[in-house]
Amino acid sequence: MSLTRRHFLILLPAAAVAWEHVLAGTPEGAPNYKLAEHWWGMLVDIEKCIGCGSCVRACQKENNVPDGYYRTWVERYRITEELGVDKIQVDSPDGGKNGFPPSHEPGVREFFVPKMCNHCADSPCTQVCPVGATFETPDGVVLVDEKYCLGCRYCVQACPYGCRFLHPEKKVAQKCTLCYHRITKGLTTACCEVCPTGARQLADLKNPSDPIHEFLRTHSVQVLKPHLATGAKLYYNALDRAVR
Amino acid sequence: MKSFRDSGHLFRLGSVFVAGLFIFIIVRGFLVPRSFGQYGHYRGDAIQEVASKPIVYAGHQVCEGCHADVLDVKSRGKHTRVACESCHDAQAAHADDPSSAKPEKLDTAVLCVRCHEASNAKPKWYPQVVSADHAGGLPCDTCHQPHSPAIESPAKNAVAKTSVSKASGGKK
Repeated sequence: MSLTRRHFLILLPAAAVAWEHVLAGTPEGAPNYKLAEHWWGMLVDIEKCIGCGSCVRACQKENNVPDGYYRTWVERYRITEELGVDKIQVDSPDGGKNGFPPSHEPGVREFFVPKMCNHCADSPCTQVCPVGATFETPDGVVLVDEKYCLGCRYCVQACPYGCRFLHPEKKVAQKCTLCYHRITKGLTTACCEVCPTGARQLADLKNPSDPIHEFLRTHSVQVLKPHLATGAKLYYNALDRAVR
Repeated sequence: MKSFRDSGHLFRLGSVFVAGLFIFIIVRGFLVPRSFGQYGHYRGDAIQEVASKPIVYAGHQVCEGCHADVLDVKSRGKHTRVACESCHDAQAAHADDPSSAKPEKLDTAVLCVRCHEASNAKPKWYPQVVSADHAGGLPCDTCHQPHSPAIESPAKNAVAKTSVSKASGGKK
């Protein structure tokens, strides 16, 4: 095949764009992983959560989360109704890490709500970072660059879901990474792995054969604080009206 | 051109600015990491750094590679979808080196109630017992085999028989 100078010049910009894509493609730890082919989220089915705290323990172990801090936690809602008005109590002893004391009180509406980073598509926490230390990856995960983080806590304040904290020793912001080191290697997150009832399920929204699409079509699924338009990707099935 | 007679100092000032700009660009080139801006206003290499952290929970697929016998028992019972590390804890170290890193022996009296202790807050479909009434302090694996917990034949041993008759009282 002979290539004239004219054709070469026409092809040059296309080749440059293609090369950019090659450079952009793959995190080092996972050779076959393509950032552009995924868009991660998670599905939490309230009807399946038994409040055992397995997810909290697994998260702490997998990610070496310091004691007293939580990248995911479980809340127990206890609601009594008086003249149609809900009186809401929420507790989460040790983040629900060791489960909850059993309750047998009649007439109380009770359920568990697992919480974690919503991996918002338009996240307030990444917008306020003054140094570009926290960001949304091209595959939809909000991460923290610990080498760049100044520890100013701006993002901790900005997160409407209370999902960030300052690591007590490293003095950098930390949060759920959606087990990025696992999902880029084809595993599920630690919390989803150990959840005994399947109440948590990792979802790849760019994968057309992911069961999340069927589930979203057939169930009434909500996100937390939708009025903030954060583009939250933590989907809750059977979410009670009382949950904030 | 009388007004430009002393313009020499403007050129000197200008050259100071140009030199400053030049130094700024050079220094900035050294200080800003090469991957900054690769995907957006952040360091692209940070994605790889997070992705390269070590795995602690091996995942049930890895366990099943060696423990096919357990998988077979599990597949026949209600715990078929419960991952190995839900009960046996993080075992990536064991999967990497099975001879030196051994999983701990589990205490079913503690482990089972973590999920199955009766509580109002648990979903109604979920099997729950008041452990004090149900087992009378006996460890759960006296009667139930954790990998496939249904009791197939209550007459198998005497202890199982007494516990099952008690069970109806403890069950929610």
